[in-house]
Amino acid sequence: MGLFSRFTEGLTRTREAFREDVNLLLNRSPEVDEDFWDGLEEALIVSDMGGYSAATIVDKLRNEATRKGLRNARDVLNALNDQIAAEFVEGGDEILGGEGSIVLFVGVNGSGKTTTTGKIAKQAKDAGRTVILGCGDTFRAAAIEQLEVWAQRAGVEICARERGSDPASVCYETIERGEAIGADLVLIDTAGRLHTSADLMRELEKVVSVVRKRANLPVHLVLVIDATTGQNGLQQAREFNNALDLDGVIITKLDGTAKGGIAVAVAHYLKLPIVKLGVGEGLEDLKDFDAHEYAAGLLGDFGQE
Amino acid sequence: MFDSLQDQLQEVFDDLKGKGRLTEDDIRVAMRRVRMALLEADVSFKVVKSFVAKASARCMEADVLDSLTPAQNVIKVVLDELTSLLGETDARLNLQQGKHPNIIMLVGLQGSGKTTAAAKLAYLLKGEGHNPLLVACDVYRPAAADQLQTLGGEIGVRVYRGEGKDPVKIAKDGMQYAIDNLCDVAIVDTAGRLHVDEEMMAEAESIKAAVDPDEVLMVVDAMTGQDVVNVVETFSARVDFDGVIMSKMDGDARGGGALSIREATGKPIKFISSGEKPSSLEVFHPDRMARRILGMGDVVSLIESAVKVQQQEEEAEATERLRRMDLNLNDFLDMNRQIRKMGGVGKLISALPGGDKMMSQGQVDAHALDRMEVIINSMTKQEREKPDLINGSRRARIAAGAGVTVTAVNQLLKQYSETRKQVKKMMAAYGDFDERPGRKGRPKKGGKKGKKGGSRGRRMAMPGMGGMSLADLKKIQEMME
Repeated sequence: MGLFSRFTEGLTRTREAFREDVNLLLNRSPEVDEDFWDGLEEALIVSDMGGYSAATIVDKLRNEATRKGLRNARDVLNALNDQIAAEFVEGGDEILGGEGSIVLFVGVNGSGKTTTTGKIAKQAKDAGRTVILGCGDTFRAAAIEQLEVWAQRAGVEICARERGSDPASVCYETIERGEAIGADLVLIDTAGRLHTSADLMRELEKVVSVVRKRANLPVHLVLVIDATTGQNGLQQAREFNNALDLDGVIITKLDGTAKGGIAVAVAHYLKLPIVKLGVGEGLEDLKDFDAHEYAAGLLGDFGQE
Repeated sequence: MFDSLQDQLQEVFDDLKGKGRLTEDDIRVAMRRVRMALLEADVSFKVVKSFVAKASARCMEADVLDSLTPAQNVIKVVLDELTSLLGETDARLNLQQGKHPNIIMLVGLQGSGKTTAAAKLAYLLKGEGHNPLLVACDVYRPAAADQLQTLGGEIGVRVYRGEGKDPVKIAKDGMQYAIDNLCDVAIVDTAGRLHVDEEMMAEAESIKAAVDPDEVLMVVDAMTGQDVVNVVETFSARVDFDGVIMSKMDGDARGGGALSIREATGKPIKFISSGEKPSSLEVFHPDRMARRILGMGDVVSLIESAVKVQQQEEEAEATERLRRMDLNLNDFLDMNRQIRKMGGVGKLISALPGGDKMMSQGQVDAHALDRMEVIINSMTKQEREKPDLINGSRRARIAAGAGVTVTAVNQLLKQYSETRKQVKKMMAAYGDFDERPGRKGRPKKGGKKGKKGGSRGRRMAMPGMGGMSLADLKKIQEMME
């Protein structure tokens, strides 16, 4: 399967589910009536955008529709697409696409940090960069072995110590080793932690401050969020951002039926750019983020039909 | 704009409480807020719709509207409906006596916490006198078997890893291994899979067919959003699981998915998993979950954790001192430590209704206790027992010893005397605790309940928290029932 078709496949499933919903709407009511608005609100809620956000977006859209005299459901949905796409902030290119960078992947347990780290290592290596992986997850059983397999797959060097050792010192070593081999992309996987765990969040702050002190390249912090996450995703992002001052977000597991609507809230409230999308467990299942495409993934791109 | 769930309901309930008699319109307004609250808690859209319809109908009934305390009745209706939807308390594992081995199979999405849950389940069963075996059938995620092996090693449970890349064969071989090694329960940990991955779902079916498990448990992340319905419906159709383990309950996700799962599949939630420790697998309590989903504070769990940290003698002594209405700094220190054992001020506060808001607004300083303790530790024994002794020069000495300013010491002493006043007030207000009305929904701990409950009420004034105490907790709880 080609790279591109892989990308689209993941998002298509997401999009199709939504499109079916909205198509139903379109059939039910050629006019933009109450059923249409109710149905639209439901579709937005089901995408995990949240009850409040959905209500707000629908209100805003209703005003716009009245103002601009949008009678056609398709026009309204195109306006909605633009509205959602506009919520996403630009930027974040320097994190993985810049000259040189040290990137730490953080997030709650099971969000897909290690897999994402591995996939990014592979992509960067293929692009001709010198990459080193650091295993900052010294807590979870076999996290080191897992990342080692990824390093092997991607063909990059890895720096790890035994389980239970100090994650900050592993990071220090990784940067040192990276310097020695002339790495221009240092990718560090950290242990998953719930944002409610004060001790673990403090530990992470320490790791980050050690990395910042030792760093020879710009340091970037990227939060990995599972697309199936509901409204708690915003709280997660907030807490991690408060503690660490994040630079960007990666949304994973978009190959399922989850629509990843929480990303809209995260982008809106925290003004964080989305740097990549994870669409599967394969080495190449990583996709660049595009605001309109993502909004289309949530909404179906009706202008094209 | 994104008010916490707690705030929204607090507001609804405050509005309702202000009214003597509710009209149907009041109910409609309140129910709209409940609807939004449930949606923000990630309860699935369809479930919210039917729930709100049902609860509204119930609230419109005459006995709710006409009662003297309609607002409380509305709250009760909502809570009761939620609790009953969440299912029976008594959802146990289907283990058969004398069968070797009983087989438990775990399934779920990637990253939901299956491997961790498998280890916790093994630990639980081991504690009940079983000899469990963990079977590692995740051949896809790198080092998944290593992870299970490490976890098994830590809790002293045997792990079967098997050869090759065929999970069905590994599962079957694992069963033989269990028989050969006299393991009476085999826990099959499978790979995480997406419900839309046809190949992987077929594999799960094959594993199930091959080992014929007594119990199939699905592990679901408490943070899952609206998609949970699609996921569990497919898993239910394909592998027909028997129950659910909700994982990552130590976070602050409301876990509305629990309700959706119940409604979509009819399967019970059997366990909740919260934390990294092997012992953190608990039996599911629908009433507590209902409160959590509504963001009403898990008061019962809080009280239970208070019970856990109580030490009887210590308590008797402190009670005695309190009876004399005298609280010294040692008691103060004790309370601090107890609060810490219960999970710290943060946990305590956020378990209270409205607590999340206080936390998020920074009204509560989670580290205040640590600082207090440092200051008290810089006092002499005598000073701790008789805080009135502490004069200006002693204050300066204590401040220097604790590395704080004299103002901080003054502040502590002020808080201490506030707390002492509170305790006195409480004692006067509550007189005899043993005769207060019983609490519903609180597990009775044998005959000790009355006496212990009473002294607990006296003890647990919380220093540095604006005069809040466990007695207030109790009031809040009664208010809600």
